[in-house]
Amino acid sequence: MALLEVRDLSVRFDTHHGSIRAVEGVSFELEEGETLGIVGESGSGKSVTNLAILGLVPQPPGVIEAGSVRYAGRELFELSPRELAALRGDELSMIFQDPMTSLNPLLTVGEQLAEVLEVHRGMGRRAARRPCAAALGDVGIPEPESRLDQYPHELSGGMRQRVMIAMALLCDPKVLIADEPTTALDVTIQAQILELLGDLQRKHGTAIVLITHDLGVVAGMSDRVQVMYAGRVVETAATGDLFARPRHPYTAGLLASVPRLSGEGSGSLRSIPGQPPDLADLPQGCAFAPRCELVTESCRGAAPPLVDAEDPDARGQRAVACPEWRRLAETTSTAGGER
Amino acid sequence: MLPFLLRRLFWFVVTLWVVVTISFFLMRQVRGGPFDGERSLNEAIERNIQARYHLDWPQWKQYLQYVGPFNLDSDGPELLGGDGTDPFTGVLVGDFGPSFKYRDFTVNDIIGQSLPVSVSLGLIALMWALSLGLTAGVASALWRGSKTDVLLRLLATGGIALPNFTVAGFLVIFFVFLVPLLPVAGYGSWRHLVLPGFALGAPFAAYIARLTRTGMLEVLSQDYIRTAHAKGLPPRLVILRHAIKGGILPVVSYLGPATAGILTGSLVIERIFAIPGTGSHFVNSALNRDYTLAMGVTILYTVLVYTLNALVDFAYTLLDPRISMEES
Amino acid sequence: MGRASRASGAMRWDLGGRELEALAAEAERFRGESLWQDAWRRLKANRTAWWSLLFLALFGGAALLAPLLPIPSPVHLDLQLEPQPPVPPWELFGESGFEPEYWELSFLDEVLVDLRVAIFGEWQTGPWLGTDGKGRDILSRIVWGSRTSILVALAAALCSLAIGVTYGALAGYLGGRVDNLMMRVVDILYSIPFIFLVIFLITVVNEYRTELEDGYGIDRETVFYVVIGAVYWLTMARVVRGQVLSLRNSEFIEAARVLGASTARILFTHLVPNVLSIVIVYLTLTIPAVMLFEAFLSFLGLGIEPPKVSWGLLAVDGSEMVNPVRIYWWLVVFPAGAMGATLLALNLLGDGLRDALDPKLRGKD
Repeated sequence: MALLEVRDLSVRFDTHHGSIRAVEGVSFELEEGETLGIVGESGSGKSVTNLAILGLVPQPPGVIEAGSVRYAGRELFELSPRELAALRGDELSMIFQDPMTSLNPLLTVGEQLAEVLEVHRGMGRRAARRPCAAALGDVGIPEPESRLDQYPHELSGGMRQRVMIAMALLCDPKVLIADEPTTALDVTIQAQILELLGDLQRKHGTAIVLITHDLGVVAGMSDRVQVMYAGRVVETAATGDLFARPRHPYTAGLLASVPRLSGEGSGSLRSIPGQPPDLADLPQGCAFAPRCELVTESCRGAAPPLVDAEDPDARGQRAVACPEWRRLAETTSTAGGER
Repeated sequence: MLPFLLRRLFWFVVTLWVVVTISFFLMRQVRGGPFDGERSLNEAIERNIQARYHLDWPQWKQYLQYVGPFNLDSDGPELLGGDGTDPFTGVLVGDFGPSFKYRDFTVNDIIGQSLPVSVSLGLIALMWALSLGLTAGVASALWRGSKTDVLLRLLATGGIALPNFTVAGFLVIFFVFLVPLLPVAGYGSWRHLVLPGFALGAPFAAYIARLTRTGMLEVLSQDYIRTAHAKGLPPRLVILRHAIKGGILPVVSYLGPATAGILTGSLVIERIFAIPGTGSHFVNSALNRDYTLAMGVTILYTVLVYTLNALVDFAYTLLDPRISMEES
Repeated sequence: MGRASRASGAMRWDLGGRELEALAAEAERFRGESLWQDAWRRLKANRTAWWSLLFLALFGGAALLAPLLPIPSPVHLDLQLEPQPPVPPWELFGESGFEPEYWELSFLDEVLVDLRVAIFGEWQTGPWLGTDGKGRDILSRIVWGSRTSILVALAAALCSLAIGVTYGALAGYLGGRVDNLMMRVVDILYSIPFIFLVIFLITVVNEYRTELEDGYGIDRETVFYVVIGAVYWLTMARVVRGQVLSLRNSEFIEAARVLGASTARILFTHLVPNVLSIVIVYLTLTIPAVMLFEAFLSFLGLGIEPPKVSWGLLAVDGSEMVNPVRIYWWLVVFPAGAMGATLLALNLLGDGLRDALDPKLRGKD
């Protein structure tokens, strides 16, 4: 039994513009100590999925239509708000994209850290000071003691994100969900933060769900990758397999659009033609059909289900939601030499 | 902190000087002097009075004498203080001179008697405004969209829509005639200030409710509230510790204009409820051409408003760590 | 180019000629809404704001056409009578005895009065809302009072708008030391308890009223508008200056400059619409403040004078008649109701406009 099991999760948002199907039938599993990367564009549903896991989706206008989330065998949707809150921050933690807006500007760093221990471990403010300073030191912040009394706006972007990570790891959670942790940071800081996450994972054995739109981030850190598009999972694979042999046209498009410094000479930047779909007005069949080069009539009929993408070299489970994946497999294997 | 205070002090003096000068000369542009309403006096007596109050001097000289502290009276009778003993030393040392109308009193006396009354009224109005406004605003924000919210918002918007003397009228009809609970006029005990305080504070309560509601909603939509929930904090803590602090900030800024408004509104409320505060004195003094009293009250109010604004700004820098004192 | 690469068997997503056309066609489909279209749509969707707008339009219309309406004269005195309680329309719908007594009316108004007499003759509505201590019909006074109050409010608000927007835009656009100095002046003026200076001013003006009127044709009311406008321009100036400052350095202005737009074009197509929206919102919120201020001044005897009537004066009349012996509730309730409803509508409309025009909320419901 996996540590975290998500089955057929569907979330919809009811707004003035209509009903938005943000997440549709998403499933995945997370084992202890492993890193799962979830990749997708804005609007792909990757963030909403994980907010739903922690019960952080605002319930109007959001509606959890279906699905189950089991953590360590317990069904999270059946827990009372109080029980769920007890898990959040303690065994299941989440860090967010923009550390400036995600930290309260009116409270000191120390206060925001200490309250995690206060709520989950019953520690008083004074008693919590040492563990908090230690946590700041663990994430590589120099002079941690003095930082406790500083305010978020007095720290740099990279340091604030470290504070967020420290805050999330204070109670030694089993699962850490990192929602675009490096997107708002400079490239050099990005690398540092990812390295930090990797170190902490090795030290504590935390399982990490890494949500990002950046393939580079995923390549470096995750064991397995799940690609999402328009609220659905379109492909899952071990990281190496995904990069070497993408089975979904969208994944292939994403990989192809990464600019390369070496290799073939110039040529225009490649992109996937078309626009991301309007979630309030999804086409009947595959959501990617309007932009897909391999599209057929059957694609437009019904949304293709996730099927096993038979891959003898696969290092783990492989699934793809595309009826034409075989054709893609042929073209990529033919062009394999070019990679 | 010191540069902050010094800068404030400097602009305070400038502002005060502007106010004094403008008011002084403006008042004297009006035809008619303070003593025109008296029974007709014979020439000699009138000249005497004019001289006694230095009204025969050129205006710039009167101005300098008023500001003081020099006594420009080399010859002629010295301008005496109200009780006829000490000479008038000028505003710079805090002597507002004798009242031109109430001959037996100095302006300092009059203000001294009436100010505590007005201050009490103002404080009670402020208490009404804050307690009603903050509670309504927070409740509105927390139960957004509910019937309570709609009702509170309507009441709040309505509170800004009526002049305070109309509200006073309604209150009087209700609480004095229909349900006789509270006294309507005069001043004797705190009970006399309940209704006037409410009438005075009501429009500000309404505005504070709106500000608080907007502030709270703004805060509640921030990312850090989501983080607080993600940390597993119980909702009560999220609101009390994270939301309220930020939500109330706009109200703190508003306290400055609010107190100024309360001072202004007191002019009307004191008249209606026959409360012997400084407000009623001001209006009368303007109409009676009692120069010194009018000036005295104006200066007083300027000082009060300026000090309060400075205090409010200072409090704001204490509450919001992102604002440094240089910026405010 | 696209076809060639496909022939070689590799997956390529080049932007060849065909794709460009497709992209252009796609972009057409996603035509964005302009600020005003978006705002209008959101305003219409906001029920309270929409009803407020309709209500105000109705009231405004009634005020405009007041001379045409078959209501009694607002100044016709009948000093023997006590205030008469309201007589509902089903008891007494109307009566004859209309006397066209007014203060000096404009030419257009005179025409309307003549028209009314031609249509309705001597018929006038009954005392549906009661009469006051001098026998004047309350309904009529409310309708006619709305004219004065609305006129004062509009004129003063526009006055403050003219001064405030010019001052604020100038300060914001020039920036630097000039801006600092200009805002300092505003700060000083802000801390002056204006109410006192206003009272002084009006008292002064009263003294010279005859000279001003005969010599310059300036009557007390014009001074009134100017004085009130002079008080309220400060907030408008601050707000406009803030907006211009933030816009001046914003990225889209930079982008426009980079694309070679001239200063005038920048001003008109970018700055003005953004500033305009905030100005509109503040205007709808200044008007109630001015009306209340007028009521305040009328209370102190420094506002509108009889025989003209304004809502402020009505409110004052009402509160003066409050006494324990006979409760003339209609003298307080109806004027207060009219004023309260109108100001409420203005505030709700202002809120609605702000929500509709706030670009941050655009597309994010």
